[in-house]
Amino acid sequence: MKPATTLQTRSDINISPPGKRRWAILKQQKYLFLMMLPGLIWAIVFAYTPMVGLYMSFVNYQPTLGGFWSTLFTSEFVGFEWFRYFFNNGDFWIVMRNTLASTLITLLFSFPMPILIAIAINEIKNVKFKKTVQTASYLPYFISWVIAANIIVTLLSSDGAINGILKFFHITNESVLFLQNGKYFWWIVALGNTWKDMGYSSIMYLAAISSINPELYEAAKVDGANRFKQIMFITLPHLKPTIVILLILALGGILNAGFDQHFLLGNDLTRDYSDVLSTYSFRYGIQNGMFSYAAAVGMFSSVVAFIIVVIVNYTAKKLNGQSLF
Amino acid sequence: MLSKKTMPERIFDASLYVFLAGIFLVTFYPFWNILVISLNDATDTMRGNLYFWPRVPTIESYVTIFRNPEIWNAIQVTVLRTVVGTAASIFFITLLAYPLSKRSLLGWKYFSFFFVFTMYFGGGLIPTYMIIKSLGLIDSFWVYIFPGLIGVFLMILVRTFMEQIPGEIEESSKIDGANDLQTFFRIIMPLCVPVLATIGLFLAIGHWNSWYDSYVYTYKPELKTLQAVLVKILNQFQTAGMISDAQQLAQGSKRIPVSSESIRMAVTMVATLPIIMVYPFVQRYFVKGIMMGAIKS
Repeated sequence: MKPATTLQTRSDINISPPGKRRWAILKQQKYLFLMMLPGLIWAIVFAYTPMVGLYMSFVNYQPTLGGFWSTLFTSEFVGFEWFRYFFNNGDFWIVMRNTLASTLITLLFSFPMPILIAIAINEIKNVKFKKTVQTASYLPYFISWVIAANIIVTLLSSDGAINGILKFFHITNESVLFLQNGKYFWWIVALGNTWKDMGYSSIMYLAAISSINPELYEAAKVDGANRFKQIMFITLPHLKPTIVILLILALGGILNAGFDQHFLLGNDLTRDYSDVLSTYSFRYGIQNGMFSYAAAVGMFSSVVAFIIVVIVNYTAKKLNGQSLF
Repeated sequence: MLSKKTMPERIFDASLYVFLAGIFLVTFYPFWNILVISLNDATDTMRGNLYFWPRVPTIESYVTIFRNPEIWNAIQVTVLRTVVGTAASIFFITLLAYPLSKRSLLGWKYFSFFFVFTMYFGGGLIPTYMIIKSLGLIDSFWVYIFPGLIGVFLMILVRTFMEQIPGEIEESSKIDGANDLQTFFRIIMPLCVPVLATIGLFLAIGHWNSWYDSYVYTYKPELKTLQAVLVKILNQFQTAGMISDAQQLAQGSKRIPVSSESIRMAVTMVATLPIIMVYPFVQRYFVKGIMMGAIKS
């Protein structure tokens, strides 16, 4: 810990009333506050003002020639009407189904893969091979979803590589139109997400593995445990805390089906499967001009996501004594 | 090795190699495939079945896109926003991280919460759009810089780094009569160079990859970034993919023959290449970054 600064010592011996003392500290820290000022302005303008703007979801906002705020606060108040509209028209169930299907199917692949990769990397002795695999597997994480979507569209096109493989092994004779058929959509997004993130996510597990005491493996070898048994009884048990925490975190993002992949890979033909909360809100608000309705959908998803994060944080704290905040 | 490997051990080893070779193929091949298609003749590409090597090798697609004023302009805008945005963000993030690294700051708890809260709750797409519009940032270059100026997560990384700087270093500067501002610029910022390099790489990649702001907040073609142009090309390809690009190419049309896969892949390569180029540095730093983040959470 840092030694007490001159500032603290001085304020400790100060016997003047709290108000005055606070003023003295404030005066002393004026430069610190000056440095914080740009950040505070940024947070107020770009983070907190949009939260105030969520009032849109309780009024019937119609764009006018006037400014946003004057229009907003003179708009007709409708209470929870937009929320009711969202829950009662059939879209709610479709959008929720798609959001949950997309995140859960993603989890099915993207959760175990990094664990398998980390364990396999750890078991292999050939450093050059290891490094090559790691370098390649991290790369997709750093490209944008725009590039990833372009690559996926190419690979899945009727004369692309995937159809080439399917035809080569005579699994199909006709090209499968993957991106024109909604039933493939969640799986494409899930595998795309996994492709993009699995290498990068394995770093966490590799770090956890590297902190395991090597003597444990030596002892196991003496006891005659083979490598598979070493993984089962040493590596995996040591990874358990990391696995639990990352799983809880992943479950916290269950309503957060990424905007990019659904927006970029979805099209009119697959809309019934590709529409998730964020893309639905975007389409109604920014593309169709139903601003209040779209804001209500967005608010529903932010509030529920926030509640989930709070629960997740509480659970993680209970389990590991660690907090996200 | 003293003991010879047993048969099951060998099978185990082999399956690990096969598994990881599979991971390598799955992550590397797609990039190889787009390179192959981008280096193949645009008309010939329509015959399909291009997997391992260009059939009719040519750099024609790259020549076409670099001659295209729209793409060329987009590259310039993207480079500019990456440089300006990264520099501005590094500066303001560091400036904010310093006061927040001092627990003695009056109201430290409240200020910290004020920033951290924005990581977990926000107004969402629509109110944000409205605010940006009401600030007059629509169709302005600054829409690429201001809304994303402070990354709270990156700020926390820098703050954690600053907290580990021994207090004596600052003390000695204070004794010499320097105020907080002078201490920050003369002592703290130079010491933070390693962590600033790390967040700088993350910020630069973020700026280079960002497409939503350009796609939604700008209409002027001269403000579009490379990624936004690529979204447009992707959309056109998905909806009107069947239009004969051969015709467009033959007519020497000034428009990008968007349904041409070779050209789409060439633009994709151009957008990917800078990432691959900074990659060696990134790889060195990001493991550090991700671990610092892990410790924090």
